[in-house]
Parts: sequence; C-alpha cells; structure tokens
Amino acid sequence: MMAHSIFFYFFSIIAVISAIMVTASKNTVHSVFFLILDFISISCLFIMIGAEFLGMIMLIVYVGAVAVLFLFVVMMLNVAQQKNQWFSSKSSSSHIPIGLIISAIIFFELIIVVGGWKYKPDLIDPSNMTLNNNISNTHSLGQVLYTDYIHIFQMSGMILLISMIGAIVLTYRQREGIKKQSYIKQISRERSEGVEVLKVESNKGVKIDD
Amino acid sequence: MTEIGLGHYLTLGAVIFTIGVVGIFLNRKNIIVILMSIELILLAVNINLVSFSIYLNDLSGQIFTLFILTVAAAEAAIGLAIIVVYYRNSGTIRVEQIDKLKG
Repeated sequence: MMAHSIFFYFFSIIAVISAIMVTASKNTVHSVFFLILDFISISCLFIMIGAEFLGMIMLIVYVGAVAVLFLFVVMMLNVAQQKNQWFSSKSSSSHIPIGLIISAIIFFELIIVVGGWKYKPDLIDPSNMTLNNNISNTHSLGQVLYTDYIHIFQMSGMILLISMIGAIVLTYRQREGIKKQSYIKQISRERSEGVEVLKVESNKGVKIDD
Repeated sequence: MTEIGLGHYLTLGAVIFTIGVVGIFLNRKNIIVILMSIELILLAVNINLVSFSIYLNDLSGQIFTLFILTVAAAEAAIGLAIIVVYYRNSGTIRVEQIDKLKG
C-alpha cells in the first residue's frame, strides 16, 4: 500500500504539472509534448490501478495517433513561432478574471461532490459484469465487449469510418495544372491513335506534321 | 500517507478537468491549444470512469472509457481537419481573429 501511495502521488503530480504546462506554455510544440507526458503518466496510473488494457490503449491511441496528429498539424500550419500572449493581450483581458472565477467555482463544486459522496454497497444493484480476478483484464473486457456491447462496438467503428471520410473530404483539394498519370487513358489507347503506317515513296521521304 | 482510495482519483480527475476548462477560457493564441484542452477534459472523464469501475467492481466503466477513446480520436481528427481548412482559407488560426460569424 505504501508503494501504491508513492506511485500515485508521483504520477498524479506529473500529470497535473504537465496539464498546466499544456495550457500555459508559450510554444505550441511544447504544449503537444506536455500533452504526451500527461497521457503517459495517466496511462501509468491506469496500469497501476488495474486497468492494464485501457492503459495500453491510451498509449497507442493518444500518444501514437492523436498527439502525432497534433504535431503534424502544428508543423503544417507553421504556428509554432507565434508567441503565446495569453496574459499580456491588452485589448481583451477582461475575460481572464471571469474565467478564473468560473473555473474555481467548477473546481470547488467537483471537490464538494467528491468529499460528500458516500457509497452504500446495498444501494446500487450490482451489475452482472463484476471484475473477475481469475482472468486478465483484457480477457474480461473482450468477453463483455464482443457479446453484450457488440452493437455499440460496431457503431464506434462506423463513427471512426465517418470521421475518416469527413477528414479526407474536408482537406482534399483538386489542384489545377499538375500532370498526373491517367490509367484509364493509358489502357484505353488504341493502336490507330498511336501508330500510322505510311507508304514511303522513293527519293521523297516523309513529311512529319506535328 | 493515507491509503489511496476512490476520492484521490476523483480529485485528480477534478483537477485535470478544471485545468482543461481554464485552458479553454484563458487561451487567446491558437485554436490547437483549445483542442488539446478538450482532450484534457476527456482524459479527466476517463480517469473518473476507470476509477469508479475499479472501486465499484463493475466492468462497464472501462467499456465506456473505450468508447470515449473512440469518440475522442474521431473528434480530434475532424477538428484538426477543420482547422487545416480554415487556415488554408483565411491564413490565421488566432482565436481573436476568428470572428467571421460575428456579422
């Protein structure tokens, strides 16, 4: 239990500090790197608490896909050099105290809910999906995910497909004036378009008109 | 040090959620950081769901975390595509200058 507390405080402090740095750092590339650090420490917490499959999926999906996507977009848009002036912009600094007050209210509401919350074991009906310690986390997730939740699983696959199509449609643009290979044209070319048989008379040659 | 319970994880989720909200409120630079703050908020929700799932001995929280991961990935892809298109059309992604709909 001692090791549990030590590792919990270690990873959660790293997570909170890197979350602050995501919003506060001046360079967007640094923000993306702190986001990656945040995801890694939270996935370590997940693995520590006993949800190993979700921790690994967080690493793959967030660090491997989403954060790299953010990095690509930051690189493409060339906004890394724009300095962050989120406390020094003079024209519109009136929103800062209001935002801080609203955020503090949200935080204290959440803390009050956490502090006043008591769990009565007999109040909630236990679902039929209790954690089984004999089989691994991945095994038990798969047993439920592919049987009870198969329709929602398929729906999430459709969501991913639609988002993929949407992203391609949004960012695709047809450029004018570039030379591209056209397979249809190449395949459907006839012999009569390309080759012409001429009868060459002696001492006259062939006139090439092109 | 006291024993780490459900309240510790919920407090961590609340802190990260609030940091994400602060990032959305206070950011004036570019809209990519706002998208990253939304990712932080979804991460806080995931922390809550996973810790409830472990401490209440119920697997459905982890299932829903999987679906939230899916939706978060789709949302990041679509949002970044919209940002790329906007930058191509107007040349800026500063939050202060995105005011075409203001009229």
